[in-house]
Amino acid sequence: MRPLRIIVLAKQVPDTRNVGTDAMKPDGTVNRGKLPTIFNPDDLHALELALNIKDRIPGTEVIVLTMGPQRAADIIREGYYRGADKGIMISDRRFGGADTLATSYTLVKGIKKLAPFDLILGGRQAIDGDTAQVGPQCAEKLNIPQVTYVEEVISFTDNQIIAKRRLEKGVETVSSAFPCLMTVHESSPVCRSRIAKRVMKYKYARTKTELKSRSTDENLLLLHDKRPYLTIPEWGVEDIDAEMSKIGLAGSPTKVKSVESIVLTSDESKVLSDSDTDIEMMIKELIENHTIG
Amino acid sequence: MDNFFKDTPDFKFHLENPIVEKIIKLKERNFIESESYDYAPINHEDAIDSYEKVLNIVGDICAKTISANAESVDIEGPKIKNNEVVYAKGTSENYNALHKAGLIGMSLPRKYGGLNFPLLPYVIAGEMIARADAGFANIWGLQDCAETIHEFGSEEQKDKYLPRFNRDGITAAMVLTEPDAGSDLQAVKLTATFDEKENVWKLNGVKRFITNGDADIALVLARSEENTADARGLSMYIYDRKHRAVEVRHLEKKLGIKGSPTCELVFKDAPAELVGNERFGLIKYVMALMNSARLGVGAQSVGIADAAYREALKYAEERAQFGKEIINFPAVYEMLTNMKVRLDALRSLLYETTGFVDISKVYEEVKRERSLAKEERMEMKKYLRLAGVFTPLIKLVASEASNTIAYDSLQIHGGTGFMKDFPIERIYRDARITSIYEGTTQLQAVAAIKGVTTGIFLDQIKQYDSEVLEENDVLKYKLHAMTVLYEKIYKKVELIDNTDYLDFHSRRLVEMAGNIIMGYLLIINSQRDESFKRSAKLFINLVSSENQEKYDYINNFDLEDLELYKLKEPKIS
Repeated sequence: MRPLRIIVLAKQVPDTRNVGTDAMKPDGTVNRGKLPTIFNPDDLHALELALNIKDRIPGTEVIVLTMGPQRAADIIREGYYRGADKGIMISDRRFGGADTLATSYTLVKGIKKLAPFDLILGGRQAIDGDTAQVGPQCAEKLNIPQVTYVEEVISFTDNQIIAKRRLEKGVETVSSAFPCLMTVHESSPVCRSRIAKRVMKYKYARTKTELKSRSTDENLLLLHDKRPYLTIPEWGVEDIDAEMSKIGLAGSPTKVKSVESIVLTSDESKVLSDSDTDIEMMIKELIENHTIG
Repeated sequence: MDNFFKDTPDFKFHLENPIVEKIIKLKERNFIESESYDYAPINHEDAIDSYEKVLNIVGDICAKTISANAESVDIEGPKIKNNEVVYAKGTSENYNALHKAGLIGMSLPRKYGGLNFPLLPYVIAGEMIARADAGFANIWGLQDCAETIHEFGSEEQKDKYLPRFNRDGITAAMVLTEPDAGSDLQAVKLTATFDEKENVWKLNGVKRFITNGDADIALVLARSEENTADARGLSMYIYDRKHRAVEVRHLEKKLGIKGSPTCELVFKDAPAELVGNERFGLIKYVMALMNSARLGVGAQSVGIADAAYREALKYAEERAQFGKEIINFPAVYEMLTNMKVRLDALRSLLYETTGFVDISKVYEEVKRERSLAKEERMEMKKYLRLAGVFTPLIKLVASEASNTIAYDSLQIHGGTGFMKDFPIERIYRDARITSIYEGTTQLQAVAAIKGVTTGIFLDQIKQYDSEVLEENDVLKYKLHAMTVLYEKIYKKVELIDNTDYLDFHSRRLVEMAGNIIMGYLLIINSQRDESFKRSAKLFINLVSSENQEKYDYINNFDLEDLELYKLKEPKIS
């Protein structure tokens, strides 16, 4: 089997599982400053799958790609600590405020700069937006096959990869040609732990901006001169040749009208079949109670 | 907070002990390896930061994997299948997690793939692992054998065996005990004979109670000199399991530490390599190995005590009786606070001892590379002496205290604690072995009494006294009074000048010294970190009455009274 080149899409998210009382601002938006940030849990599963493939196919390269503010460089460091070969930060103020469409556009621009690649892995969804849209959108824009809800990669040949998908009522085994994109389900193995020597090796990894903005001591700069691998590549709008109208707020058609805190009072549920009548009935109901439309 | 390193700020505190600076400087030879290894520290702060980051990984694995597996490992235990020991599923998971995280061979030099860590962070890791699962801590702790090969093995042996620890995650065993050679290892009978034809040593005989006996490599104590019956006929060998020349005849069924396989082994012409020189097996190499193992049991005991304390605290905060949580009752909070106070004292002594061992070991390491300057030689000698008596002291007091703390913790659980429903019943069973293996409490007293008779303890007490600041005068005077009692009563024992009388009271004397030492350490720690203040005050109150009791007992005990205790004239076999 030839070595693969794998790109892992990873996002830094607020830790919504440990929400305190001040997690929301009075206007209903997330108070990001008050929430600790973490590696999006599903993306850690994706990283594990990538590293697992690297264990199985010697010579495979795992590249972590993230987009976010400067502090998202933690994602790249975490990737290094656990076994990634390379990390790229897409970071520029002008990318701010992106919805899933602008995000996938930006990521795809980054991915194209990293081409050629065999496999793109990402978590099924992020715990902040919970849309599960970015992965599939990237695949569409790259015009490559996508396999969602992946639990396990069963086997591969030079041209084909076979994976198991975790669905609501069972599993499905599918094959895809390379290159392809997979989103990874949380039922896949949890990510391996940090590796002692790698933590010691990469703990001083910084982006150029981080080196500039901090009260960086002389030693750290010297170390980066001596060990170039510590400098995390950082790409801005021009580096990936992005169109301004397609990134950030300008490139985001999604507009949040309002955010409400919903407390569920009843736990009743309705089971609908996949028949046209049932679906029609549900849509009608959702329009009537203004959930959609 | 799901991390055993992060939830115990004491570890960071002990890593910042002033002595650590000297240890790191020596261990890292002025940070020269940062030129050739990308993970070697560039300076002191960098080294400490690396220790903390790596211990964070250990703490994470302890919380998420090892402690989560502890119950199932206790129930499932190891098995023999096709003459091989198969660990419980959780045990394998634990070991794999530590191996994959690159944590095996922590203290080995980098050229053998190790992390070149001093003993201090390694012992902290051992304590955390014991808190998570005391039985598993044995399998982890047996990497001490690598240290012994590093210290006494040939260059060829080091190149052959040491890289396998970090790279392949091999396990190790110390194969010493036999049916008739337990505490008295001089009686070892397993034979080592040199096969001239094959140019190899062959081992034959039976070993019993061998922890992790089916390990990848084993350090075996064997009789190489025919017609000898004492320690001078014993040598040490490395046996590699790949030879498949040892039968695992039996696994012991035990009260506690059930996940750790305790094997009976039959060596059948097992090929082995001699370590170091013939005849030095017991008197030099096993002694060194045992000392690390004793420090390891000290750490294991403190980890168990911590686990027991946390279980008790959690239970007492949740359990309500008579309309309030039981933690509000004096009888309960007294027990809890005393547990915590003792835990702080034990941990202080553990890391003080670790510092002594660390610095003497690192001097020995340096000595193999270059000759030491005069002050360095003096210092090495001083710390070797201290390590020699502090090691049995911590083993003795920590193992005994872990048992009483586990006892009290179970007591706080009431009837529930006696059932299998809470972790405390496992912790209670696991604690029991600590005061027995690697030398019983009674044998630790025999080793530690040298600290009393040679005055090492007293000198060190005076050293500590000089470090106490004026603000702590009140506590210091209490310790002065305890020291006076200790000196007085030892004078009496010394005057009586009778070996049996000294042996009879040795544990009491050692414990009196230990109490004073721990009292001082808590005061000195409180000068760096206020949070030790309460423990310092309460511990000194607690042990000053204990020491008074021991003093009275010895003081009222005449030499003739010894006769009243003797049940039988010894029959020398």
